[in-house]
Amino acid sequence: MNPFTYARADHAEDALRLAEPQGAKFLGGGTNLVDLMRETIERPQSLVDVTGLSATIEETSAGGLRIGAAARNSAVAEHFAVRTRYPALSRALLAGASGQIRNMATVGGNILQRTRCTYFYDDDGSRCNKRVPGQGWDAIDGFNRIHAILGASSSCVATHPSDMCVALAAFDSVVHLRSARGERAVPITEFHRLPGDTPHVETVLEPGELIVAVELPPNPIAQRSTYRKVRDRSSYAFALVSVAAALQIEGSTVKDVRLALGGVAHKPWRASKAEAALRGREATEENFRAAAAAELIDARPLRDNAFKIELAVRTITAVLQQLTEEAQ
Amino acid sequence: MRFLINGQSVESDVDLRTSLLDLLRDHLNLHGSKKGCNQGACGACTVLADGERILSCLALAVQYQGREITTIEGLAEEGNLHPLQRAFIEHDGFQCGYCTPGQICSAIGMAAEAKRGMPSHITRDLDTSLVTLDRDEVRERMSGNLCRCGAYNGIIDAISEVYVEAE
Repeated sequence: MNPFTYARADHAEDALRLAEPQGAKFLGGGTNLVDLMRETIERPQSLVDVTGLSATIEETSAGGLRIGAAARNSAVAEHFAVRTRYPALSRALLAGASGQIRNMATVGGNILQRTRCTYFYDDDGSRCNKRVPGQGWDAIDGFNRIHAILGASSSCVATHPSDMCVALAAFDSVVHLRSARGERAVPITEFHRLPGDTPHVETVLEPGELIVAVELPPNPIAQRSTYRKVRDRSSYAFALVSVAAALQIEGSTVKDVRLALGGVAHKPWRASKAEAALRGREATEENFRAAAAAELIDARPLRDNAFKIELAVRTITAVLQQLTEEAQ
Repeated sequence: MRFLINGQSVESDVDLRTSLLDLLRDHLNLHGSKKGCNQGACGACTVLADGERILSCLALAVQYQGREITTIEGLAEEGNLHPLQRAFIEHDGFQCGYCTPGQICSAIGMAAEAKRGMPSHITRDLDTSLVTLDRDEVRERMSGNLCRCGAYNGIIDAISEVYVEAE
């Protein structure tokens, strides 16, 4: 690990001021950043500890929830309003990492965590455009069963590893940012970038800009939502494919639906095509499958991960079936 | 830097790069917490911070100044083993023993989470704050602690004896 200086911020202005020097990075629970620093993939010159910033989970005047970026993953998962009004978010968090890591990891850090692509981590032996821009890549021709099938580029096929962000994407959540220039709000679906030819630029965050909160808009459909994660072992593993879904049925017709996918792309993937294909249609397994297939029509498999296409279709279909049965 | 470890205040001016695990093992002579993977994959380094289980290998020590840290060395009271330590012996909850301090600290934190109503990945009903710990719940909630000897049956037996109510 390279040497760095450390300062603890008491509030957001403090954090922004401390992070002014070039090479500064914000530190949350450290569960990803400390590991990457140990591997010398991340080499910050100074760390600004933001775990003392707002971690409150509060009602918004609009009737949604605002979650301070320093809130721990476990605190969000067990919060009663999250569990009852946005159950897919609670379930996504509980499907992620382990009890120990959920107690450490913050919401802001979860959003900014980096890919678990093994080629990205293999500093000594592999080329990676994300780790070293322009270096080339070994993942695209390598062992790539965990990699992306949607929105990838000829520069990078890494996936975003977060479960939490998939549920946030399904619910039109907004990320609140703060910098010396003021505040702005970015929809979570526009916060992460697709890789293009600059896979090292993973988000729209500007240098020195800080995530201060995530806002969940009021969304009655979210009460009937869930999260399903398919992985190589039943616990403590990253997703091969995951689905956050909410479904509202009137009679036997889909009145409204929200769908987002994890494990398939460089960002949490809002399945807008599948949603559009379902609204106003009969809530049948056949229609669920057709809608899922419509979303995956643009999927481009690599050598080892073609299975993810059918897995995603089946998982979407199964989750929508489950929500239909629960609604009856 | 000033730390509070197992009820004792200690001062140690370690390099900023020092993890909480290395502080314990290399600077404070507390070798109970183990370094398995040193990358957050195995759980052998689990300790309690203000009663919450965390991975000390991914924790920079500097962030844990003033927090109440409890390690395996701090569990026995007046020479009497913690009930969970006794249960691990009783049920052969280990073979080589390397993962055991992490397993025990993790289980203590896990039981406190369940007691206050924290659901898990397999909890069916999120609307209630009552969590019934059964063996499946214990297995899911302990998934962050690996045992390469495969002593899981004894581990689950030991944890169940102390924290799972008899059916």
